[in-house]
Amino acid sequence: MAAPQPINVEDLNIYYGDFLAVEGVDMQIRPRSVTALIGPSGCGKSTFLRTLNRMHEVIPGAYAKGRVEINGEDIYDPKIDPVNVRRRVGMVFQKANPFPTMSIRDNVLAGVKLNNRRISRSDADELVERALKGANLWNEVKDRLDKPGMGLSGGQQQRLCIARTIAVKPEVVLMDEPCSALDPISTLAIEDLIHELKEDYTIVIVTHNMQQASRVSDRTGFFNIAGTGKPGRLIEIDDTDTIFTNPTNTQTEDYISGRFG
Amino acid sequence: MSTADTAPEKERSAPDTMSSGGRRAGDSVFSVLSIGSGLLIFVTLAAVAIFLTTESIPAITASREFSGTAEFSLVEYTLPLVFGTVLASAIALLIAIPVSVGIALFISHFAPRRMASGLGYMIDLLAAVPSVVYGLWGGVWLVPKLEPLYVFLNTYFGWIPLFAGEPTAPMRNLASASVVLAVMVLPIITAVSREVFLQTPRLQEEAALALGATRWETIRTVVLPFGRGGVVAASMLGLGRALGETMAVLMILAPGATFSLHILEVGRHNSIAANIASKSAEASGVDMSLLIFTGLVLFVLTFVINAIARWIVARSGPKS
Ligand SMILES: Nc1ncnc2c1ncn2[C@@H]1O[C@H](COP(=O)(O)OP(=O)(O)OP(=O)(O)O)[C@@H](O)[C@H]1O
Ligand SMILES: [Mg+2]
Repeated sequence: MAAPQPINVEDLNIYYGDFLAVEGVDMQIRPRSVTALIGPSGCGKSTFLRTLNRMHEVIPGAYAKGRVEINGEDIYDPKIDPVNVRRRVGMVFQKANPFPTMSIRDNVLAGVKLNNRRISRSDADELVERALKGANLWNEVKDRLDKPGMGLSGGQQQRLCIARTIAVKPEVVLMDEPCSALDPISTLAIEDLIHELKEDYTIVIVTHNMQQASRVSDRTGFFNIAGTGKPGRLIEIDDTDTIFTNPTNTQTEDYISGRFG
Repeated sequence: MSTADTAPEKERSAPDTMSSGGRRAGDSVFSVLSIGSGLLIFVTLAAVAIFLTTESIPAITASREFSGTAEFSLVEYTLPLVFGTVLASAIALLIAIPVSVGIALFISHFAPRRMASGLGYMIDLLAAVPSVVYGLWGGVWLVPKLEPLYVFLNTYFGWIPLFAGEPTAPMRNLASASVVLAVMVLPIITAVSREVFLQTPRLQEEAALALGATRWETIRTVVLPFGRGGVVAASMLGLGRALGETMAVLMILAPGATFSLHILEVGRHNSIAANIASKSAEASGVDMSLLIFTGLVLFVLTFVINAIARWIVARSGPKS
């Protein structure tokens, strides 16, 4: 496998119909590291995140213009199939969303089966174990793999969703406020997991919690919005330490120190 | 000033409503109305059941008197009708369900928004067409058009019992009746299925899409499992309509009274409803009672099917 390359975002404009939601993003995301995106509500963090795996455009009327280069390939090139992009760039949502009709095991395998690969029983067992171990969930569920995924606690469900995502071996994992619906203990469990996952994956996480951003991320990007109806913009992105101790832009400083608005 | 005025007033009115032991006037009117209409439905249903039962007693007792003779047997009279009714409805559903689910999925997940609403509107119109019109259309236009298909099925798939036998033109057979029934139950199944498919949680669909599912895979893994209970319920509604449908069957089917599985053969089957409609004008006495007895059987049949449907829906409905 070739050495992972950074994700390059160049002059990305993101629209909902006529509404320009995010404007002119240029960003480089380092491979095998955690990048946190912070900013006030409505500034377009989720919107931007969803353009990295072309999930943005599943909303009717939504589209993006610009370049997003992953492994040297522009994912917005017309000949790229968004389905293939999503197989390489996984996503974990704000609210845990295991498939309600499936068992824990089938949830983990859902992506693999989707990708139309035939998989032998023993390979499947191995993959389920590896993915669940990767998501720090194995010990809690190994005796009830055939029980419905909805029977787990919120934090366990979220880790199940992470297991489901990493089971298809993506290169990048996107997370949109993955802990916002969880208690502190489950949040810590997921944060620990993020630390481990960055060995193998490039992680981009949106969070409202600045302590979380400083705990889990190597780099932090700050988005801001000039006012309602105005597009959100990337104000700056830098090493997390720098952003939280010595940001370049005064907007960032105001936001970090709570002097926002 | 004004806040100081209104605040105590709120405090005064609140204990009033809490302490008044009785309900407010609006509440009691509403509860009387709702209990009343509930009772009314129950009474109507009971009245129909009682009417059907008492009026069929002459046929039941008469048939006991005559039992043993070939002239009159309640069972021999009724069972072929039940068979024809159920067979025609089952085949109609077999045709209608896949088509309806397909159309519903197309409307809910594939068609552009404007086209979707246009299609939905057309489906609703289809539901509003009176069954006599379907009967006319089926008998005059559709039956000749289906003939080549029947000949084909009979020639090449005659080894399947359903398509065996000797179809003869005009093809006023059970298959034709079933096709028209299928068209008639299609709107209701489509409309209900579309509603449940549209209610699939967005988050579930996005979960599948984000795993790299194609549109069809999203439907297979998320939309169909979520909508299964609704589709079953819709199909049962359709089945209810097919079982009781009278005019279309009456106008298309050349009647017979056998247990034949050969749906392409003419003059082999009849349905309870069509049989009642064709004979009740001239029937009297025991004959009338006999028809009413078949009506009672149909009533019970639809009742049982509804109960089964409820059971299936309760068991397989989406757990939220
Ligand atoms: N489905 C949509 N259709 C139209 N506009 C949308 C849609 N989703 C979001 N927007 C708009 O895009 C802008 C950015 O929204 P987004 O959800 O990306 O913000 P966010 O930074 O993630 O906010 P939060 O922190 O509250 O999650 C907002 O102005 C929002 O109103
Ligand atoms: Mg958001």
